[in-house]
This record gives sequence, structure tokens and C-alpha cells, in this order.
Amino acid sequence: MSAQIVTYAGFIVAGWLFLTGLYGIITSRHLVHLCLSMTVVQASTYVLLAVIGYRPGLPAPIFVNMPAGSPAVDPVIQALMLTDIVVEATVIALLLAITVRIHRRTSTADPNEVDIMRG
Amino acid sequence: MSRGWRLGVFLAGAAGLVFLFVVVARPLPGPLELRNRYAEEINTRAFRERNVTDAVTAVNFDYRGFDTIGEEFILFVSVLGSMFLLRMTEERGDEILPDAAEDSRDVRSTDAMNLWILAMIAPKVVFGIYIVTHGQLTPGGGFQGGVILATAALMLYVGEGFAVFRRVVPHGAVEFAEAVGAGGFLLIGMLAWFWGKPFLTNIIPLGQSHQLTSGGTMPLISVSTGLEVTAGFVLLLYGFLQENLTPRGEK
Repeated sequence: MSAQIVTYAGFIVAGWLFLTGLYGIITSRHLVHLCLSMTVVQASTYVLLAVIGYRPGLPAPIFVNMPAGSPAVDPVIQALMLTDIVVEATVIALLLAITVRIHRRTSTADPNEVDIMRG
Repeated sequence: MSRGWRLGVFLAGAAGLVFLFVVVARPLPGPLELRNRYAEEINTRAFRERNVTDAVTAVNFDYRGFDTIGEEFILFVSVLGSMFLLRMTEERGDEILPDAAEDSRDVRSTDAMNLWILAMIAPKVVFGIYIVTHGQLTPGGGFQGGVILATAALMLYVGEGFAVFRRVVPHGAVEFAEAVGAGGFLLIGMLAWFWGKPFLTNIIPLGQSHQLTSGGTMPLISVSTGLEVTAGFVLLLYGFLQENLTPRGEK
């Protein structure tokens, strides 16, 4: 039963994070805030993956003190997440670099006022 | 589009999304019923076939190493893109604004704090290298350790300012390390070709399990990834610091 609750709570948290981040992106008044809202949206995928890879009561897939093949949580999901968390940080850096460019070019960081098509 | 309109569109879309999400998520099996054959196979085989005790690293650097190359090059390209964008604003010589760097330092930190920060660098480097090299045994690997190593460089800046940072971590060396890290992964993958095996086949002797040398190519790929991640993050640090601390050119 508690495992079911964890699953559905995980789905709900993932959906909630996604919508919160999206709300942040849509109502954003500053490009840095917009980039950070995007990280919130991305965090929702981590929660979703964590829930999918979760097996109730089982340890991490590190077979140092237990025999190979004993039940453990899903290693594929963990591998996906750990690379993605690191890569995401550099992608956010790219977005922030674009933000710096936009601010230099238009002297504003408000996405509503940025008119990048202007000469 | 006005703010109100935009919010309205968002709320309509969000309502639809919530509805679809519930419809999709409700019939999904919970973790009790969920069985992933692939995960179970890897948990069993990582130790028997590759002599490694961390199945996650086995997935990252061996069984799905090709995917990890993709991930690593996303990292590489976004660092490249950031550097390019930050350099476009940079047509402005090599001088640093001494005031910006020095002033903020005097305001924010004391000698005791600087000393503490500097004292933390060595343990951080050791810990980062430990995490990078022990990925095949315990949780860790190039990605996690690389980030830890990069924070050591950040610490150096926080404690000593940009001038010292630039002297201790020369820009050219970091760029070189990044290229070596990114290329190293590909070269280790190509090594298999000399034995007529497919790309990224684990051709190096697998060694004794529970030992640092276990896992064949995995520790090597881990080190090269660690180099790439460390250098990538330090380059980003360089880009943003230079952007902040050098004079603005014409504008």
C-alpha cells in the first residue's frame, strides 16, 4: 500500500513541478528567472524517473556487500539521471550566456520587452 | 499578448494537461508490479560479465556507453556555445577590472574565511579524484567527480579572486584538458577497432573485481569523462567571470 502511495505521490509531485515551472516561464519578468523556471520543469522529469526506477525496500544497485543479481533498484534509470543532471547544468549555463547576450544587445532582461528582431 | 490572456491560455492548457496526465498515469503499474527485465539483467550481469560492483557505472560507461557519448557531447557543445556567446561580447583586451574583483572580495570575506576556503581545496581535489576513479566499485564516476573537482576551482576564485584563479588554472590548459577529455572517450571506444571489435567494446582485461583496475575500459572512460566535465565547468566559470570582470569595451 505504502508503495502505491509513493508512486502516486511521485506522479503528482512530478506533474506539480512541471506545471509550476511552466507557470514560472510564462509569467516571467526576468530572463534569469525564466532559465531557473526551466530547471524546475526539468526537475519534474527527475522525480518521474526516480519513481519509475524505485522498487520498494530495495537497496541501490551497488553489489559490494551483496551477491550479484540480488534485487536492487533500476540502474538504467539512475544512469540516465546522473548524466542528465550534470549535462543540464551546462545547458542552463548556455541559456544564461544567451541571457547575457540579450541584455548586452537590448539593455533589458525582461522577456516581455525584448524585441530581438530590432536592428 | 497581454498578461491576462497569456495566463488564460496557460490555465486552459494546464487543465488539459492535468486531465491527460491523470488518464495516462492512473493505469500505470506501481513499483510492486513493475518488473524491468533489462534492469534485472544488468544487475545480474554487471558483476559476472564485467567484474564491476556498481551497475550504474556499468550502464553508463559500458552497456550504454554510446548513449553516454551523446550526453557528453551535449555537455561539450553547450560549453562551446556558452564560450562562443560570452566571447562575442568580449572584444576588449586582456586587462581585468581590478576594482571589481578586489572590492567585492574585501567586502565579503575575511582572512580567516579565505584560509578556510583554501584549506578546503586540497580535500576537495582528493575527494573528486577518489569519486572519479572509484566509479566502477562504489557510487561515483566521471560525471559526479568532475563536478566536485570543478568546485575546487570555484573555491579558489572565491578565496583568492580572479587574478590568482587565472594564474593557477591557465585558460589554455583547461581548454586542452577539455579537448583531451572529450576526445579520450572516442579514442577509447575506437581502441576496439584494432581487435576487429565494434566501437566501445570492452577490450581491456577486466581485472579482479573489487579492485581499482576492475572493469576494463570503464575506469579509463570514467577518468576521461571526469576530465571533460571538470574542464567544461571551469571553462564556464572562466567565461562568466571574464564577462563580469573585464571592462565593457564600447558600450
